Amino acid sequence: MKKGHQSWEFYSSPTIISSGTVVGPDEGLGPLARHFDRIHGDLRLNQESWEKAERALLEEAATIAIGKVKLREEDVDFWIAGDLMNQIISSSFAARTLGIPYLGVFGACSTAMQSLALSGLLIESGAAKRILAGACSHRATAERQFRNPTEYGAQKPPTAQFTVTGAGVGLIVSSSDYDEIASRQPEIPPPIRVTGATIGRVVDMGVDDPYNMGAAMAPAAVDTIQAHLRDFGRTAEDYDVIFTGDLGNIGHIIAKELLNEQGVTFKSNAFMDCGMLIFDQQKQQVWSGGSGCGCVATTAYGYLLNEMRKGTWKRILVVATGALLSPVSYQQDETIPCIAHAVILEGGNV
Amino acid sequence: MELSRTQRNRLTPVQRNYLRLAARHEPRRRIARNMLWAFGTGGGICAIGQGIQFAFMHWAGFDQKTAGNPTVAVMILLSITFTCLGVYDRFAQKAGAGSAVPVTGFANAMCSAALEHRSEGLVLGVGGQLFKVAGPVIVFGTTAAFIFALLRVLIMPLFGGHA
Repeated sequence: MKKGHQSWEFYSSPTIISSGTVVGPDEGLGPLARHFDRIHGDLRLNQESWEKAERALLEEAATIAIGKVKLREEDVDFWIAGDLMNQIISSSFAARTLGIPYLGVFGACSTAMQSLALSGLLIESGAAKRILAGACSHRATAERQFRNPTEYGAQKPPTAQFTVTGAGVGLIVSSSDYDEIASRQPEIPPPIRVTGATIGRVVDMGVDDPYNMGAAMAPAAVDTIQAHLRDFGRTAEDYDVIFTGDLGNIGHIIAKELLNEQGVTFKSNAFMDCGMLIFDQQKQQVWSGGSGCGCVATTAYGYLLNEMRKGTWKRILVVATGALLSPVSYQQDETIPCIAHAVILEGGNV
Repeated sequence: MELSRTQRNRLTPVQRNYLRLAARHEPRRRIARNMLWAFGTGGGICAIGQGIQFAFMHWAGFDQKTAGNPTVAVMILLSITFTCLGVYDRFAQKAGAGSAVPVTGFANAMCSAALEHRSEGLVLGVGGQLFKVAGPVIVFGTTAAFIFALLRVLIMPLFGGHA
């Protein structure tokens, strides 16, 4: 169970049996489009407000995830989710619709891996058999809460990032439950096991510019990756790829440099960032890359799971980074505290 | 990366080191290009306004002074139309400071806030948040006007001028 200083190792192999990803129009134009279950052409999803649109994303992703294995809401034990809105309304209101016992979590953009790590722990401990875990974000709601009105004309600096409109939800079950469901439904894809997690510390290196989240979050990612490798006694080469959540171009370069200084080196393409993968940076104007809870949630539950099922990678580490600021805190001249949570995903039989 | 002085003093040496490293990786802002764009677009908007003013003077019988108000009204209408069509913010990303020229920039600031907060109702949403972005401009603009008017009243008579 507890491994080293701040990690958990899961011996019972909690398994991601299915997932649902729903994204908005810009992500639909990006290179990962074919990995998403549903793409909405309308940023508003025919809803009355941006907030309702964000909630709809999460509800749809949850429904898709349980629908794929022909389960219903009442078959799931717990719903663990979070988002960027004040009082995490998207997750809570989605919980109202789903009617599943609910734990709301907040880790800013690291929420997807925070909820996945907790799901693994609950299943490992026997406290649950099936858990739905997810996170979502919406460009317009984030824009309005953290920055300016969506239609306001202000120039963004090249360090800014583009909030992903999307929700990613995974259905995590115990390995015996996976076998049982798979024996009834042979078309179920091969299992992806959650074999460990590292819970991050809050790291604040003094960055106070909300338009430079990559630089703010990079040290948190580095701290968690180092802690993870230390706790598990592994090197970066034990992973086919280490993915960070939404550091963007700038944060990615900084994180790589910091890790190299600490003696952690990577082969080519063994250290990637979801925020750099989700958009086509040549054609789409996304500045430093994608961000938001939905960035790592949709990339991990869509693209990463698909590639692992295909066998492209056997074992990966997903390190989701989050900037724990609020609109009030940065107006009051506070620097940005950041966090990162890491989860190990393994394909094939363990 | 800009930090206020109090904040810089609060940072530890490790944090200061990191900020130096992060600053090294920050892409340079293309200041010269941005300035050229701002000059061109800001000047362009003003030229359009000037054209509209001339049109009012030529065809609608206004003189130079009275043509000002209808010209401003047309510019506001244009700015709001483009804001509602979702074009103004994209234009502003390129134009930068050029899109902030007073009339159109101000209209965009108010219109975008009104659009954004319509979902919270007319009173608390539109009414309460209309000046969210534009409010500080009015507050400090009025204060500055008051101070300069006061200075003028106090100083001009010293040089024998009329206040």
